[in-house]
Amino acid sequence: MTFLDYAPAPESAAILNLRDEYGLFINGEFVPGNGESFTTISPATEKHIATVSCASEQDVDAAVVAARRAYDKTWSRMSGADRGKYLFRIARLVQERARELAVAESLDNGKPIKESRDVDIPLVAAWFFYYAGWADKLEYAGLGPNPRSLGVAAQVIPWNFPLLMLAWKIAPALAAGNTVVLKPAETTPLTALLFAEILQQADLPAGVVNIVTGAGATGSALVNHPDVNKVAFTGSTAVGRQIARSTAGTSKKLTLELGGKGANIVFDDAPIDQAVEGIVNGIFFNQGQVCCAGSRLLVQESIHDDVVERLKARLSTLRVGDPLDKNTDVGAINSASQLGRMRELSDIGEQEGAERWSPACNLPSEGFWFPPTIFTNVSTSSRIARDEIFGPVLSVLTFRTPAEAIAKANNTPYGLSAGIWTDKGSRILAVADKLRAGVVWANTFNKFDPASPFGGYKESGYGREGGKQGLHAYLAPSAFAGSSAFKGDAR
Amino acid sequence: METTRAGTTVAPASRALEVIGGDLTERSLRRYLEGIPGVDAVGLEARAAALGTRSIKTTSKAWALDTIIRLTDLTTLEGADTPGKVKSLVAKALVPDPDDMSTPRVAAVCVYGDMVPHAVEALGSAHDDGATGRINVAAVATAFPSGRASRSVKLSDTSDAVAAGADEIDMVIDRGAFLSGRYGQVFDEIVAVKEACKRPDGTYAHLKVILETGELNTYDNVRRASWLGILAGGDFIKTSTGKVTPAATLPVTLSMLEVVRDWHRLTGEKIGVKPAGGIRASKDAIKYLVTVAETVGEEWLQPDLFRFGASSLLNDVLLQRQKLTSGRYSGPAYVTID
Repeated sequence: MTFLDYAPAPESAAILNLRDEYGLFINGEFVPGNGESFTTISPATEKHIATVSCASEQDVDAAVVAARRAYDKTWSRMSGADRGKYLFRIARLVQERARELAVAESLDNGKPIKESRDVDIPLVAAWFFYYAGWADKLEYAGLGPNPRSLGVAAQVIPWNFPLLMLAWKIAPALAAGNTVVLKPAETTPLTALLFAEILQQADLPAGVVNIVTGAGATGSALVNHPDVNKVAFTGSTAVGRQIARSTAGTSKKLTLELGGKGANIVFDDAPIDQAVEGIVNGIFFNQGQVCCAGSRLLVQESIHDDVVERLKARLSTLRVGDPLDKNTDVGAINSASQLGRMRELSDIGEQEGAERWSPACNLPSEGFWFPPTIFTNVSTSSRIARDEIFGPVLSVLTFRTPAEAIAKANNTPYGLSAGIWTDKGSRILAVADKLRAGVVWANTFNKFDPASPFGGYKESGYGREGGKQGLHAYLAPSAFAGSSAFKGDAR
Repeated sequence: METTRAGTTVAPASRALEVIGGDLTERSLRRYLEGIPGVDAVGLEARAAALGTRSIKTTSKAWALDTIIRLTDLTTLEGADTPGKVKSLVAKALVPDPDDMSTPRVAAVCVYGDMVPHAVEALGSAHDDGATGRINVAAVATAFPSGRASRSVKLSDTSDAVAAGADEIDMVIDRGAFLSGRYGQVFDEIVAVKEACKRPDGTYAHLKVILETGELNTYDNVRRASWLGILAGGDFIKTSTGKVTPAATLPVTLSMLEVVRDWHRLTGEKIGVKPAGGIRASKDAIKYLVTVAETVGEEWLQPDLFRFGASSLLNDVLLQRQKLTSGRYSGPAYVTID
């Protein structure tokens, strides 16, 4: 054994106090669902974690009814300051139970504990703290005096950042005065259910937040329910399209946060070692299962070989394995179906003539695993340069001039994220200005902050989450703008 | 800058000739150093912090603690140093933990030049060539720590220490010259000091080039000075004298290790790195081991290629070591002071 084979340093799953079965969280209580229960497994071992209820159409209706009642009777009448107190309380409870939540997230999702511990859960708390502060200051959100909440929000979230996406959805909705019915992804319901316990602990009034677990049918019943006023979805572009279709012609307000094929542009004057770190963070963070991943590396031709060589050396130090080990850099893929897609697209990449490379790594025999992979010699027309792989697979392309870099970066149906690496401040501004991406990072990648709006252009969706802009998705300008007589209504 | 100086030739050090080529001048040296990619401070510090989160447990920790001892330059650099103090330091170097004779010895003792004879004498046979558990004598030189003296004083400071038996010379660069852009002057001085390290039999004392990164201030400067030190012939690049705050930091050491890695990639030659000053806890020292292993590779974790310059670190490592064997913490009364 050498030093670099660090001795195991596992976080213990024994700190969790999980139930064998989880019901639906409706009107402040766990109730059994009428659909067929399903199990959630650990993608690293394929071992059973818990049995989870599935919400039928009838259960979804009960949840919406509970949310409507809570909206009418309690939440919409409560002052912003009081709503803020609940949100602050939730944020503090998330911090208190951070270790437990991090372990549960890594267990259920497969992401490395160092990410759930240092990124996901701290951001969850930060999101609640941030929007707690907004709750009594809505008239400064930029919608004029006395903006109004919308009513019941139907929220459907993905499996890649289960609890963080929940926070992105619930925190602004509650701050703005809405009530919520949220459906977590079927492969990662665990932390949402632990979060329901936190809501009980926080004494949040019954029905303000309802959590219904289930698969696509549950989500569809939720977004199509006639009594929801707002639909917020994060997930695939295909499902986003369906939702846009089904909500068209209704009064439901819609925000979509969909796929991406982010370009990470490295110019020849970039701080090269940090750029390599940024490339790694851009595509191997969370096994690349990130909608804003920097999955297309656009590197200036003059430094291509040097960058690729450094990147390969760096990848050789990535530690793939047990998500609960504190030294793991790359964890398990969330599900067999995702793994299948990665394999399929990577094979196509090879067939199309791109050169495939992965560092030597021993993948566990059980569970879903995919090694960090780089494709060089990728052409712009290749499917691995166009389709979202949603895995630890990087496509390397080159450019010669800034104009070409911009054109190639924008040459995608998506428009979620991009990165620029250069020592030249003026170039950062000039290039960022021309990129059609909702988020542009300069000399960094995959950095999130609750004060910073996040969202896409084109097929990456519409609406923004985070910041003041994130509140707009859950507010409408007052019908009585300019009048202060109706102030109580929105707050 | 006076234009005349730009064309001035600098000492034809073999590494620089090979890498930069042509007629080595102040201008060609400057162009080369200024062509090195910049460092993004935020990114560098984030990477260092990430390396610092590695969790080193059980067998890995035991190996790490012993390795830290093997890589330590046990140091005393005080105006108040006496032969007696040096003797006591040497005794500690030879037997770090009298209660556990399996404890490895440190790599070297590091003293002021005038203390070299006392260190050599105290080490006795442990300083003989080929002795098992041999301990080197390192001497700081070149008007350490400020480096503010004439060239001739710096050179005789060096040759005196080598003549007295120093195996390693820790020199300081002229930070004033570096910061005013006189790279050629800094370069020439390192080359001259290297020559002063030559022994009558033609061998050289190992040269560690102290950059005093706390005075260079920016990571770009650290990186440039690292290249300069290597190009001029340094065997090691070293962060600090320990007399300036900040001394060694993880991001600074990481950026120097990146230069050493790039030099190895370019030439196949291995250069050593020595963080010195401010590393007092085992926990921090382990972060350096992780950073070395994941940046340049594990083969750098040997005394020829990596050293800690430290005085109080050793006792903390010994306490941690005792804890691993006994399962409980003892206390400062159970380790010796030197």
